[in-house]
Amino acid sequence: MDLVTPDVGLLFWTFISFAILFFLLKKFAWKPIVGTVNDREKSIKEALASAEAAKLEMQNLTADNERILKEARAEREMMMKEAREIKTKMIADAKEEAKESADKMIAQAQSAIESEKKAAVAELKSQVASLSIEIAEKVMKSELSDSDKQLKLVEDMLGKATLN
Amino acid sequence: MKTIHFTSIKNLIIGVFFILVATTSTFAASSDSEEEEFDVTNMIMHHIKDAHDFHIMDWNGHAVSIPLPVILWTENGLVTFMSSEFHHDDIGSVVVERNGQKFVKFHEEIYYASEGPNADGSYVTMNADAHPQNAHPMNFSITKLVFSMFLSILLLLWIFGLSARRYDADGVPKGIAKFTEPLIVFIRDEVAIPNIGEKNYRKFMPFLLTLFFFIWINNVMGLVPFFPFSANLSGNIAFTGVLAIITFVITTVNGNKDYWKHIFWMPGVPVPMKLFLAPIEFIGIFIKPISLMIRLFANITAGHIIVLSLISLIFIAKTAWISPASVFFAVFISLIEVLVVAIQAYIFTMLSALYIGSAMEEHEH
Repeated sequence: MDLVTPDVGLLFWTFISFAILFFLLKKFAWKPIVGTVNDREKSIKEALASAEAAKLEMQNLTADNERILKEARAEREMMMKEAREIKTKMIADAKEEAKESADKMIAQAQSAIESEKKAAVAELKSQVASLSIEIAEKVMKSELSDSDKQLKLVEDMLGKATLN
Repeated sequence: MKTIHFTSIKNLIIGVFFILVATTSTFAASSDSEEEEFDVTNMIMHHIKDAHDFHIMDWNGHAVSIPLPVILWTENGLVTFMSSEFHHDDIGSVVVERNGQKFVKFHEEIYYASEGPNADGSYVTMNADAHPQNAHPMNFSITKLVFSMFLSILLLLWIFGLSARRYDADGVPKGIAKFTEPLIVFIRDEVAIPNIGEKNYRKFMPFLLTLFFFIWINNVMGLVPFFPFSANLSGNIAFTGVLAIITFVITTVNGNKDYWKHIFWMPGVPVPMKLFLAPIEFIGIFIKPISLMIRLFANITAGHIIVLSLISLIFIAKTAWISPASVFFAVFISLIEVLVVAIQAYIFTMLSALYIGSAMEEHEH
Protein backbone atom coordinates (compact mmCIF):
# COMPACT_ATOMS: atom_id res chain seq x y z
CA MET A 1 0.00 0.00 0.00
CA ASP A 2 1.95 3.03 -1.19
CA LEU A 3 -0.42 5.39 0.64
CA VAL A 4 1.29 4.61 3.93
CA THR A 5 4.80 4.34 2.48
CA PRO A 6 6.59 7.64 3.02
CA ASP A 7 8.38 9.13 0.02
CA VAL A 8 12.07 9.86 0.51
CA GLY A 9 11.79 13.08 -1.45
CA LEU A 10 8.85 14.40 0.54
CA LEU A 11 10.51 13.45 3.84
CA PHE A 12 13.58 15.36 2.75
CA TRP A 13 11.71 18.44 1.54
CA THR A 14 9.38 18.51 4.56
CA PHE A 15 12.32 18.41 6.92
CA ILE A 16 14.22 21.12 5.04
CA SER A 17 11.08 23.26 4.70
CA PHE A 18 10.13 22.94 8.34
CA ALA A 19 13.65 23.79 9.46
CA ILE A 20 13.84 26.86 7.22
CA LEU A 21 10.32 27.97 8.16
CA PHE A 22 11.11 27.48 11.84
CA PHE A 23 14.24 29.62 11.76
CA LEU A 24 12.76 32.35 9.58
CA LEU A 25 9.54 32.61 11.57
CA LYS A 26 11.43 32.41 14.85
CA LYS A 27 13.61 35.32 13.83
CA PHE A 28 11.12 37.50 11.96
CA ALA A 29 7.77 36.65 13.55
CA TRP A 30 7.69 34.76 16.82
CA LYS A 31 10.42 36.68 18.60
CA PRO A 32 9.03 40.14 17.81
CA ILE A 33 5.37 39.18 18.25
CA VAL A 34 5.70 37.11 21.42
CA GLY A 35 8.21 39.65 22.74
CA THR A 36 5.82 42.53 22.10
CA VAL A 37 2.88 40.67 23.63
CA ASN A 38 4.89 39.73 26.71
CA ASP A 39 6.29 43.24 27.06
CA ARG A 40 2.83 44.71 26.75
CA GLU A 41 1.41 42.34 29.34
CA LYS A 42 4.30 43.14 31.62
CA SER A 43 3.79 46.87 31.18
CA ILE A 44 0.06 46.49 31.88
CA LYS A 45 0.84 44.56 35.05
CA GLU A 46 3.37 47.18 36.06
CA ALA A 47 0.95 50.00 35.31
CA LEU A 48 -1.70 48.33 37.47
CA ALA A 49 0.79 47.75 40.26
CA SER A 50 2.01 51.34 40.10
CA ALA A 51 -1.57 52.62 40.14
CA GLU A 52 -2.18 50.52 43.23
CA ALA A 53 1.02 51.88 44.77
CA ALA A 54 -0.02 55.44 43.92
CA LYS A 55 -3.37 54.83 45.56
CA LEU A 56 -1.65 53.55 48.69
CA GLU A 57 0.74 56.48 48.68
CA MET A 58 -2.20 58.85 48.30
CA GLN A 59 -3.82 57.24 51.32
CA ASN A 60 -0.59 57.55 53.25
CA LEU A 61 -0.28 61.18 52.24
CA THR A 62 -3.79 61.97 53.40
CA ALA A 63 -3.12 60.25 56.67
CA ASP A 64 0.14 62.14 57.01
CA ASN A 65 -1.57 65.41 56.27
CA GLU A 66 -4.17 64.73 58.91
CA ARG A 67 -1.52 63.78 61.40
CA ILE A 68 0.49 66.92 60.68
CA LEU A 69 -2.65 69.04 60.99
CA LYS A 70 -3.45 67.44 64.30
CA GLU A 71 0.08 67.99 65.52
CA ALA A 72 -0.03 71.62 64.41
CA ARG A 73 -3.30 72.10 66.20
CA ALA A 74 -1.91 70.54 69.37
CA GLU A 75 1.18 72.69 69.12
CA ARG A 76 -0.90 75.82 68.70
CA GLU A 77 -2.96 74.81 71.68
CA MET A 78 0.17 74.30 73.70
CA MET A 79 1.66 77.59 72.61
CA MET A 80 -1.52 79.42 73.53
CA LYS A 81 -1.55 77.73 76.89
CA GLU A 82 2.06 78.65 77.48
CA ALA A 83 1.38 82.24 76.47
CA ARG A 84 -1.50 82.38 78.87
CA GLU A 85 0.65 80.99 81.61
CA ILE A 86 3.41 83.50 80.88
CA LYS A 87 0.85 86.29 80.88
CA THR A 88 -0.55 85.35 84.28
CA LYS A 89 2.93 84.85 85.62
CA MET A 90 4.06 88.22 84.36
CA ILE A 91 1.06 89.92 85.85
CA ALA A 92 1.61 88.18 89.15
CA ASP A 93 5.30 89.04 89.09
CA ALA A 94 4.55 92.66 88.33
CA LYS A 95 2.02 92.79 91.09
CA GLU A 96 4.46 91.27 93.51
CA GLU A 97 7.20 93.65 92.51
CA ALA A 98 4.91 96.61 92.81
CA LYS A 99 3.79 95.49 96.22
CA GLU A 100 7.35 94.94 97.26
CA SER A 101 8.46 98.37 96.15
CA ALA A 102 5.43 99.94 97.75
CA ASP A 103 6.15 98.17 101.00
CA LYS A 104 9.73 99.30 100.79
CA MET A 105 8.65 102.87 100.16
CA ILE A 106 6.22 102.70 103.03
CA ALA A 107 8.92 101.28 105.28
CA GLN A 108 11.35 104.00 104.18
CA ALA A 109 8.71 106.62 104.77
CA GLN A 110 7.99 105.18 108.17
CA SER A 111 11.65 105.10 109.11
CA ALA A 112 12.08 108.68 107.83
CA ILE A 113 9.08 109.76 109.86
CA GLU A 114 10.53 107.97 112.85
CA SER A 115 13.92 109.62 112.50
CA GLU A 116 12.29 113.02 111.89
CA LYS A 117 10.23 112.44 114.97
CA LYS A 118 13.35 111.50 116.89
CA ALA A 119 15.18 114.55 115.61
CA ALA A 120 12.17 116.70 116.48
CA VAL A 121 12.01 115.21 119.94
CA ALA A 122 15.76 115.74 120.39
CA GLU A 123 15.44 119.36 119.23
CA LEU A 124 12.48 119.79 121.46
CA LYS A 125 14.53 118.40 124.30
CA SER A 126 17.43 120.73 123.60
CA GLN A 127 15.01 123.63 123.30
CA VAL A 128 13.39 122.62 126.52
CA ALA A 129 16.83 122.30 128.15
CA SER A 130 17.97 125.71 126.92
CA LEU A 131 14.61 127.16 127.94
CA SER A 132 15.00 125.55 131.29
CA ILE A 133 18.51 126.90 131.64
CA GLU A 134 17.25 130.36 130.70
CA ILE A 135 14.50 130.05 133.23
CA ALA A 136 16.94 128.70 135.70
CA GLU A 137 19.29 131.65 135.05
CA LYS A 138 16.50 134.04 135.63
CA VAL A 139 15.38 132.22 138.71
CA MET A 140 18.90 131.93 139.87
CA LYS A 141 19.51 135.56 139.32
CA SER A 142 16.58 136.31 141.57
CA GLU A 143 17.20 133.69 144.11
CA LEU A 144 20.97 133.71 144.24
CA SER A 145 20.90 135.79 147.26
CA ASP A 146 20.24 132.86 149.45
CA SER A 147 22.58 130.07 148.67
CA ASP A 148 20.55 127.52 150.62
CA LYS A 149 17.50 128.45 148.84
CA GLN A 150 19.39 128.22 145.64
CA LEU A 151 20.45 124.68 146.26
CA LYS A 152 17.00 123.65 147.34
CA LEU A 153 15.54 125.13 144.28
CA VAL A 154 17.89 123.34 141.99
CA GLU A 155 17.21 120.07 143.60
CA ASP A 156 13.49 120.64 143.42
CA MET A 157 13.62 121.57 139.86
CA LEU A 158 15.79 118.71 138.84
CA GLY A 159 13.55 116.42 140.67
CA LYS A 160 10.51 117.71 138.91
CA ALA A 161 12.13 117.76 135.49
CA THR A 162 12.01 114.08 134.88
CA LEU A 163 12.50 113.54 131.16
CA ASN A 164 9.36 112.69 129.47
CA MET B 1 -27.69 45.78 6.62
CA LYS B 2 -24.84 43.38 7.29
CA THR B 3 -27.20 40.40 7.39
CA ILE B 4 -28.74 41.33 4.04
CA HIS B 5 -25.29 41.64 2.55
CA PHE B 6 -24.31 38.26 3.94
CA THR B 7 -27.47 36.56 2.70
CA SER B 8 -26.95 37.85 -0.83
CA ILE B 9 -23.38 36.52 -0.86
CA LYS B 10 -24.63 33.19 0.41
CA ASN B 11 -27.24 33.04 -2.34
CA LEU B 12 -24.62 33.88 -4.91
CA ILE B 13 -22.34 31.09 -3.71
CA ILE B 14 -25.16 28.55 -3.72
CA GLY B 15 -26.20 29.65 -7.19
CA VAL B 16 -22.70 29.34 -8.59
CA PHE B 17 -22.40 25.92 -7.00
CA PHE B 18 -25.53 24.63 -8.68
CA ILE B 19 -24.53 26.00 -12.07
CA LEU B 20 -21.13 24.33 -11.73
CA VAL B 21 -22.64 21.05 -10.69
CA ALA B 22 -25.22 21.17 -13.47
CA THR B 23 -22.58 21.80 -16.16
CA THR B 24 -20.24 19.17 -14.76
CA SER B 25 -22.97 16.56 -14.71
CA THR B 26 -24.02 17.39 -18.29
CA PHE B 27 -20.43 16.96 -19.44
CA ALA B 28 -20.23 13.76 -17.47
CA ALA B 29 -23.47 12.49 -18.90
CA SER B 30 -22.52 13.30 -22.50
CA SER B 31 -19.10 11.72 -22.31
CA ASP B 32 -20.23 8.68 -20.37
CA SER B 33 -21.33 6.80 -23.42
CA GLU B 34 -18.09 7.30 -25.31
CA GLU B 35 -15.48 6.93 -22.60
CA GLU B 36 -14.63 3.96 -20.50
CA GLU B 37 -16.13 3.42 -17.05
CA PHE B 38 -15.29 6.21 -14.58
CA ASP B 39 -13.04 4.70 -11.92
CA VAL B 40 -13.93 6.44 -8.65
CA THR B 41 -11.32 4.70 -6.52
CA ASN B 42 -8.61 5.49 -9.01
CA MET B 43 -9.66 9.17 -9.16
CA ILE B 44 -9.71 9.51 -5.38
CA MET B 45 -6.43 7.69 -4.84
CA HIS B 46 -4.86 9.77 -7.58
CA HIS B 47 -6.05 12.93 -5.85
CA ILE B 48 -4.88 12.12 -2.34
CA LYS B 49 -1.46 10.98 -3.51
CA ASP B 50 1.48 12.99 -4.72
CA ALA B 51 1.97 13.87 -8.39
CA HIS B 52 4.78 15.13 -10.59
CA ASP B 53 2.69 17.81 -12.26
CA PHE B 54 0.07 20.07 -10.79
CA HIS B 55 -3.12 19.19 -12.58
CA ILE B 56 -5.44 22.21 -12.95
CA MET B 57 -8.27 20.92 -15.15
CA ASP B 58 -9.13 18.99 -18.26
CA TRP B 59 -9.93 20.99 -21.38
CA ASN B 60 -11.38 19.21 -24.43
CA GLY B 61 -10.05 15.93 -23.18
CA HIS B 62 -6.54 17.31 -22.61
CA ALA B 63 -5.07 17.73 -19.17
CA VAL B 64 -4.04 21.27 -18.36
CA SER B 65 -1.32 21.11 -15.74
CA ILE B 66 1.71 22.96 -14.44
CA PRO B 67 4.93 21.02 -15.07
CA LEU B 68 7.17 20.71 -12.01
CA PRO B 69 10.89 19.99 -11.78
CA VAL B 70 11.96 16.38 -11.48
CA ILE B 71 15.14 16.00 -9.44
CA LEU B 72 16.68 12.53 -9.33
CA TRP B 73 19.74 11.22 -7.56
CA THR B 74 20.76 8.41 -9.89
CA GLU B 75 23.68 6.00 -10.16
CA ASN B 76 25.36 8.60 -12.39
CA GLY B 77 24.71 11.61 -10.18
CA LEU B 78 22.11 14.32 -10.21
CA VAL B 79 19.57 14.45 -13.04
CA THR B 80 16.98 17.18 -13.49
CA PHE B 81 14.28 17.80 -16.07
CA MET B 82 10.71 19.09 -16.17
CA SER B 83 7.88 16.68 -15.60
CA SER B 84 6.31 17.80 -18.89
CA GLU B 85 8.90 15.59 -20.62
CA PHE B 86 6.67 12.65 -19.76
CA HIS B 87 3.76 14.21 -21.71
CA HIS B 88 1.20 13.35 -19.00
CA ASP B 89 2.09 9.70 -19.35
CA ASP B 90 1.69 7.73 -16.15
CA ILE B 91 1.86 4.14 -17.35
CA GLY B 92 5.56 3.97 -18.18
CA SER B 93 5.29 4.30 -21.95
CA VAL B 94 7.19 7.59 -22.44
CA VAL B 95 10.93 7.28 -21.88
CA VAL B 96 13.04 10.29 -20.92
CA GLU B 97 16.74 9.92 -21.53
CA ARG B 98 19.28 11.90 -19.49
CA ASN B 99 22.97 11.23 -18.74
CA GLY B 100 22.69 8.00 -20.68
CA GLN B 101 19.95 6.76 -18.39
CA LYS B 102 16.34 6.11 -19.31
CA PHE B 103 13.47 6.98 -16.99
CA VAL B 104 9.78 6.21 -17.09
CA LYS B 105 6.93 7.35 -14.87
CA PHE B 106 4.50 4.72 -13.67
CA HIS B 107 1.72 5.64 -11.23
CA GLU B 108 3.61 8.81 -10.22
CA GLU B 109 6.77 6.85 -9.44
CA ILE B 110 9.88 7.28 -11.55
CA TYR B 111 11.75 4.08 -12.49
CA TYR B 112 14.72 3.19 -14.64
CA ALA B 113 13.19 2.07 -17.91
CA SER B 114 13.35 -1.54 -18.95
CA GLU B 115 15.44 -2.54 -21.99
CA GLY B 116 12.47 -2.84 -24.28
CA PRO B 117 8.74 -2.20 -24.22
CA ASN B 118 6.23 -4.76 -23.03
CA ALA B 119 3.36 -5.99 -25.10
CA ASP B 120 1.27 -2.97 -23.94
CA GLY B 121 4.06 -0.54 -24.80
CA SER B 122 5.20 0.25 -21.27
CA TYR B 123 8.82 0.09 -20.22
CA VAL B 124 8.21 -1.40 -16.77
CA THR B 125 8.42 -5.06 -15.88
CA MET B 126 5.70 -6.26 -13.54
CA ASN B 127 6.12 -8.88 -10.85
CA ALA B 128 3.45 -11.32 -9.75
CA ASP B 129 1.68 -8.72 -7.55
CA ALA B 130 1.34 -6.31 -10.48
CA HIS B 131 4.01 -4.04 -9.02
CA PRO B 132 6.95 -2.80 -11.10
CA GLN B 133 10.19 -4.68 -10.58
CA ASN B 134 12.34 -1.91 -12.03
CA ALA B 135 14.85 -0.19 -9.81
CA HIS B 136 14.19 3.46 -9.10
CA PRO B 137 16.48 6.42 -8.44
CA MET B 138 16.25 8.56 -5.30
CA ASN B 139 13.49 11.01 -6.09
CA PHE B 140 13.86 14.53 -4.72
CA SER B 141 11.47 16.08 -7.22
CA ILE B 142 9.52 19.23 -6.52
CA THR B 143 6.24 17.39 -6.67
CA LYS B 144 2.75 18.79 -6.27
CA LEU B 145 2.96 18.37 -2.49
CA VAL B 146 6.41 19.96 -2.25
CA PHE B 147 5.21 22.82 -4.42
CA SER B 148 2.20 23.23 -2.16
CA MET B 149 4.45 23.15 0.89
CA PHE B 150 6.67 25.90 -0.52
CA LEU B 151 3.58 27.94 -1.24
CA SER B 152 2.40 27.47 2.35
CA ILE B 153 5.80 28.60 3.61
CA LEU B 154 5.60 31.77 1.52
CA LEU B 155 2.09 32.42 2.82
CA LEU B 156 3.15 31.89 6.42
CA LEU B 157 6.19 34.12 6.05
CA TRP B 158 4.04 36.77 4.43
CA ILE B 159 1.25 36.60 7.04
CA PHE B 160 3.46 36.52 10.11
CA GLY B 161 6.24 38.69 8.76
CA LEU B 162 3.58 41.30 8.13
CA SER B 163 1.98 40.73 11.55
CA ALA B 164 5.28 41.31 13.29
CA ARG B 165 5.56 44.71 11.62
CA ARG B 166 1.99 45.75 12.44
CA TYR B 167 2.72 46.74 16.01
CA ASP B 168 3.02 50.39 16.94
CA ALA B 169 5.50 51.79 19.46
CA ASP B 170 3.21 50.97 22.39
CA GLY B 171 2.92 47.34 21.29
CA VAL B 172 -0.69 47.72 20.12
CA PRO B 173 -1.52 45.41 17.20
CA LYS B 174 -2.88 46.89 13.96
CA GLY B 175 -4.37 45.28 10.88
CA ILE B 176 -3.52 41.59 10.39
CA ALA B 177 -1.73 41.46 13.74
CA LYS B 178 -5.13 41.90 15.40
CA PHE B 179 -6.13 38.60 13.84
CA THR B 180 -2.92 36.63 14.37
CA GLU B 181 -2.18 37.78 17.90
CA PRO B 182 -5.11 36.00 19.59
CA LEU B 183 -4.05 32.76 17.85
CA ILE B 184 -0.48 33.14 19.09
CA VAL B 185 -1.69 34.02 22.58
CA PHE B 186 -4.01 31.00 22.42
CA ILE B 187 -1.08 28.68 21.68
CA ARG B 188 0.85 30.25 24.52
CA ASP B 189 -1.90 30.27 27.14
CA GLU B 190 -3.84 27.12 26.24
CA VAL B 191 -1.15 24.87 24.78
CA ALA B 192 2.36 25.82 25.90
CA ILE B 193 1.89 27.03 29.47
CA PRO B 194 -0.59 24.38 30.74
CA ASN B 195 1.38 21.47 29.24
CA ILE B 196 5.01 22.52 29.58
CA GLY B 197 4.77 24.85 32.53
CA GLU B 198 5.47 28.50 33.26
CA LYS B 199 9.17 27.78 33.79
CA ASN B 200 10.20 26.11 30.53
CA TYR B 201 7.54 27.04 28.00
CA ARG B 202 9.39 29.97 26.43
CA LYS B 203 12.02 27.75 24.84
CA PHE B 204 9.39 25.75 22.92
CA MET B 205 7.09 28.57 21.83
CA PRO B 206 8.71 29.05 18.40
CA PHE B 207 8.50 25.31 17.69
CA LEU B 208 4.88 24.97 18.81
CA LEU B 209 3.78 28.07 16.91
CA THR B 210 5.55 26.98 13.72
CA LEU B 211 4.11 23.48 14.08
CA PHE B 212 0.55 24.69 14.65
CA PHE B 213 0.44 27.21 11.81
CA PHE B 214 2.36 24.98 9.38
CA ILE B 215 -0.12 22.14 9.89
CA TRP B 216 -3.14 24.39 9.94
CA ILE B 217 -2.34 26.33 6.78
CA ASN B 218 -1.58 23.14 4.87
CA ASN B 219 -4.80 21.57 6.14
CA VAL B 220 -6.78 24.60 5.00
CA MET B 221 -4.96 24.75 1.67
CA GLY B 222 -5.93 21.13 1.11
CA LEU B 223 -9.59 22.05 1.53
CA VAL B 224 -9.56 24.72 -1.17
CA PRO B 225 -10.56 22.77 -4.27
CA PHE B 226 -8.66 24.63 -7.02
CA PHE B 227 -5.16 25.50 -8.20
CA PRO B 228 -2.76 26.34 -6.55
CA PHE B 229 -4.25 24.63 -3.52
CA SER B 230 -6.10 21.30 -3.14
CA ALA B 231 -2.92 19.27 -2.50
CA ASN B 232 -3.30 16.66 0.21
CA LEU B 233 -0.01 17.50 1.91
CA SER B 234 -0.97 17.18 5.57
CA GLY B 235 -2.73 13.93 4.65
CA ASN B 236 0.58 12.48 3.48
CA ILE B 237 2.35 10.13 5.83
CA ALA B 238 5.79 11.53 4.98
CA PHE B 239 4.75 15.02 6.01
CA THR B 240 3.10 13.99 9.28
CA GLY B 241 5.96 11.56 9.89
CA VAL B 242 8.63 14.26 9.70
CA LEU B 243 6.71 16.50 12.10
CA ALA B 244 6.18 13.59 14.50
CA ILE B 245 9.89 12.71 14.32
CA ILE B 246 10.82 16.31 15.15
CA THR B 247 8.51 16.19 18.19
CA PHE B 248 10.04 12.84 19.15
CA VAL B 249 13.58 14.20 18.91
CA ILE B 250 12.74 17.30 20.94
CA THR B 251 11.00 15.19 23.60
CA THR B 252 13.87 12.73 23.84
CA VAL B 253 16.58 15.38 23.91
CA ASN B 254 14.81 17.35 26.62
CA GLY B 255 13.88 14.35 28.77
CA ASN B 256 15.19 14.78 32.31
CA LYS B 257 16.33 12.15 34.80
CA ASP B 258 12.80 11.72 36.16
CA TYR B 259 11.44 11.03 32.68
CA TRP B 260 13.87 8.18 32.02
CA LYS B 261 13.42 6.88 35.55
CA HIS B 262 9.67 6.70 35.05
CA ILE B 263 10.23 4.75 31.86
CA PHE B 264 12.81 2.19 32.96
CA TRP B 265 12.31 1.95 36.72
CA MET B 266 8.88 3.26 37.67
CA PRO B 267 9.06 4.60 41.20
CA GLY B 268 6.43 3.73 43.78
CA VAL B 269 5.49 0.28 42.46
CA PRO B 270 6.77 -3.19 43.46
CA VAL B 271 9.77 -4.62 41.60
CA PRO B 272 7.82 -7.18 39.48
CA MET B 273 5.57 -4.31 38.38
CA LYS B 274 8.63 -2.20 37.53
CA LEU B 275 9.90 -5.03 35.30
CA PHE B 276 6.49 -5.34 33.72
CA LEU B 277 6.07 -1.61 33.09
CA ALA B 278 9.54 -0.91 31.69
CA PRO B 279 8.99 -2.46 28.21
CA ILE B 280 5.51 -0.93 27.96
CA GLU B 281 6.81 2.52 28.83
CA PHE B 282 9.75 2.06 26.48
CA ILE B 283 7.50 1.17 23.57
CA GLY B 284 5.35 4.14 24.58
CA ILE B 285 8.19 6.52 23.67
CA PHE B 286 7.78 5.44 20.05
CA ILE B 287 4.02 4.90 20.08
CA LYS B 288 3.43 8.55 20.98
CA PRO B 289 4.97 10.09 17.83
CA ILE B 290 3.58 7.27 15.69
CA SER B 291 0.09 8.06 16.97
CA LEU B 292 0.69 11.73 16.14
CA MET B 293 1.75 10.78 12.64
CA ILE B 294 -1.16 8.45 11.96
CA ARG B 295 -3.83 10.69 13.54
CA LEU B 296 -3.11 13.68 11.32
CA PHE B 297 -2.52 11.58 8.21
CA ALA B 298 -5.74 9.58 8.65
CA ASN B 299 -7.96 12.51 9.56
CA ILE B 300 -6.95 14.71 6.68
CA THR B 301 -6.87 11.93 4.12
CA ALA B 302 -10.27 10.73 5.30
CA GLY B 303 -11.67 14.24 4.89
CA HIS B 304 -10.46 14.40 1.30
CA ILE B 305 -11.80 10.93 0.55
CA ILE B 306 -15.23 11.74 1.97
CA VAL B 307 -15.65 14.96 -0.02
CA LEU B 308 -14.47 13.30 -3.22
CA SER B 309 -16.68 10.27 -2.63
CA LEU B 310 -19.73 12.45 -2.16
CA ILE B 311 -19.02 14.32 -5.40
CA SER B 312 -18.38 10.96 -7.11
CA LEU B 313 -21.87 9.82 -6.17
CA ILE B 314 -22.95 11.61 -9.35
CA PHE B 315 -20.68 9.37 -11.41
CA ILE B 316 -21.54 6.24 -9.50
CA ALA B 317 -25.29 6.80 -9.82
CA LYS B 318 -24.79 8.06 -13.40
CA THR B 319 -27.48 10.70 -12.99
CA ALA B 320 -27.38 14.45 -12.45
CA TRP B 321 -30.44 14.18 -10.22
CA ILE B 322 -28.41 13.03 -7.31
CA SER B 323 -26.24 16.15 -7.50
CA PRO B 324 -28.28 18.22 -4.98
CA ALA B 325 -27.81 15.56 -2.31
CA SER B 326 -24.21 15.08 -3.33
CA VAL B 327 -23.47 18.79 -3.20
CA PHE B 328 -25.40 19.30 0.01
CA PHE B 329 -23.40 16.61 1.80
CA ALA B 330 -20.13 17.72 0.23
CA VAL B 331 -20.68 21.28 1.45
CA PHE B 332 -21.78 19.98 4.83
CA ILE B 333 -18.68 17.79 5.19
CA SER B 334 -16.48 20.61 3.90
CA LEU B 335 -17.79 22.89 6.63
CA ILE B 336 -17.12 20.21 9.22
CA GLU B 337 -13.67 19.76 7.67
CA VAL B 338 -12.93 23.45 8.24
CA LEU B 339 -13.45 22.73 11.93
CA VAL B 340 -11.65 19.38 11.81
CA VAL B 341 -8.50 20.75 10.19
CA ALA B 342 -8.18 23.44 12.86
CA ILE B 343 -8.80 20.89 15.61
CA GLN B 344 -6.27 18.45 14.12
CA ALA B 345 -3.62 21.16 13.97
CA TYR B 346 -4.47 22.05 17.57
CA ILE B 347 -4.38 18.42 18.72
CA PHE B 348 -1.04 17.75 17.06
CA THR B 349 0.44 20.85 18.70
CA MET B 350 -1.22 20.20 22.03
CA LEU B 351 0.01 16.60 22.19
CA SER B 352 3.50 17.65 21.14
CA ALA B 353 3.49 20.15 23.98
CA LEU B 354 2.15 17.48 26.33
CA TYR B 355 4.90 15.01 25.41
CA ILE B 356 7.59 17.67 25.78
CA GLY B 357 6.05 18.78 29.06
CA SER B 358 5.90 15.24 30.44
CA ALA B 359 9.56 14.73 29.54
CA MET B 360 10.54 17.85 31.47
CA GLU B 361 8.18 17.42 34.40
CA GLU B 362 9.78 17.47 37.81
CA HIS B 363 8.16 14.90 40.05
CA GLU B 364 7.98 15.31 43.75
CA HIS B 365 8.09 12.11 45.74
